[in-house]
Amino acid sequence: MLATATATAHPITVRDLTVAYHDRAVLWDVDLDVPRGVLMAIVGPNGAGKTTLIKAILGLVPVVAGQVRIEGKPLAEVRRRVAYVPQRGSVDWDFPTSVLDVVMMGRYGALGWIRRPGHRERQAALDALEQVGMRDFAGRQISQLSGGQQQRVFLARALVQDAAIYLMDEPFQGVDATTERTIVGLLRDLRSAGKTVVVVHHDLQTVPEYFDWVTLLNVRKIASGPVEEVFTPELLRRTYGGHIAFLGQPDQDGTVAAVAGGEE
Amino acid sequence: MGLLDLLLEPLSYGFLQRGLVAGILIGVICAVIGTFVVLKGFAFIGDALAHIAFTGIVVAFIGGFAFYLGALVAAVLAALGIGTVSRRAGISTDTSIGILFSGVFALGIVLASVGIQTYTVDLFSYLFGDILGVQAADLVAIALLGALVLLVVLALYKELVFVSFDPVVAEAAGLPGGVLQMLLLVLLAVTVVVSVQAVGVVLVVAMLVTPSATAYLLTNRFGRMMALGAGFGALSALIGFYLSYYLNVPSGGTIVLVASAFFLLALIFSPKRGGWRRLFATPAVR
Repeated sequence: MLATATATAHPITVRDLTVAYHDRAVLWDVDLDVPRGVLMAIVGPNGAGKTTLIKAILGLVPVVAGQVRIEGKPLAEVRRRVAYVPQRGSVDWDFPTSVLDVVMMGRYGALGWIRRPGHRERQAALDALEQVGMRDFAGRQISQLSGGQQQRVFLARALVQDAAIYLMDEPFQGVDATTERTIVGLLRDLRSAGKTVVVVHHDLQTVPEYFDWVTLLNVRKIASGPVEEVFTPELLRRTYGGHIAFLGQPDQDGTVAAVAGGEE
Repeated sequence: MGLLDLLLEPLSYGFLQRGLVAGILIGVICAVIGTFVVLKGFAFIGDALAHIAFTGIVVAFIGGFAFYLGALVAAVLAALGIGTVSRRAGISTDTSIGILFSGVFALGIVLASVGIQTYTVDLFSYLFGDILGVQAADLVAIALLGALVLLVVLALYKELVFVSFDPVVAEAAGLPGGVLQMLLLVLLAVTVVVSVQAVGVVLVVAMLVTPSATAYLLTNRFGRMMALGAGFGALSALIGFYLSYYLNVPSGGTIVLVASAFFLLALIFSPKRGGWRRLFATPAVR
């Protein structure tokens, strides 16, 4: 299996992946191939293992079984080709640091041990901030940012890494309209540049508009493929466990109403 | 007698000179590590390591070897143990550290009373600190171990800051998060050991936390927080030293009181409104 994966060298190949917290399976026997150059959403109900899948691909959680290959190789050999944008809430925004310093952290992996970031890293960080429309905020303390601005800083930190594969965990969560447009534009730019982008996504309504590839996940992988083939009411019903008010009006926090069919 | 004479008079004695230099060194080293302690919520661990170091000192006295060796071995082993436990889920880290350190400290107290009657006065000075008891050899040890701590922080500055701010992404970028966290705890252990003689087991945590927390209220850049904290630490040691000399009160307590006074002033005049709220709500160790 892995031999063929190496031959085609998908950006991401997952085989038989099982992850458990204590004795509860969070991911069960997941196989996944992410082709080059797609803009892929991972969708599924809460607790479906979406974040865990991304973390497992990044080697951040212990796996019970299975394998992950990045461009046909173990992650450790190609780590710098993968950039990660975690959920905003994963860090302490009161940490005493500036926007520019946070973005420069994206270069630390390439810099290697001990060496200090210099002019080149600074310039790369400023360019990345320009791309997300945050150039003027470079000197700000990070606690002074709005949620959407925080998200854009995280994106800039990933951009500055100049990776081939981008993994993002709910970048649209709770952001303003400007940030949402910026992110969508950025995702398309990345795809045009031949990058592979995987996004954990909550808002079913925007999937066909924003993405061209989708993986439906609920502990097991339900389906994965082009949006027009996979993003069907039938498969979504299987993912969310029965009744789902698909294409309903978004509620206050922007998610589609009644996606919780499987959790009652 | 002018101010200069007041400042110079104590320095005509060797043991007073040594005490002052030791105090300032400790003030700086504690604040450098204290920056991480405040931001990561390691204060309780620092306190625990100091108490465990005490038992190491007792064992060193009974065994007849250098107290630095006993304190270092005990504190570093404890730091490694705490680092391992806090990586696992299950039992609350605070509880397990509480059980461990009070148990080991109790052992130290019992051992001290059973094993070394003649030295109990000396050991008492380790509990509350005796800056004037610093010998020339102690000063060398403080300087060497302190330099080691500062060099490691300087060399791995960018890595330690990255891991402190965003451990998950740092790990994804290939940094060994667990190892760096462990390293930070070992540096904390060394810092505690260096400080115990002058400031005392009970008050080490104040030197770790108070100057850095003061600095946190006054700046929002990591490097500046570290530098300012070191300044407050050194200044507290300096002022506290003179106050304790002229008022004839215990040095450790005086130094900490001066540091606390700086903190109160910063709290009142801090430009960061609500900064205190953050300080007192620092997340527990992860």
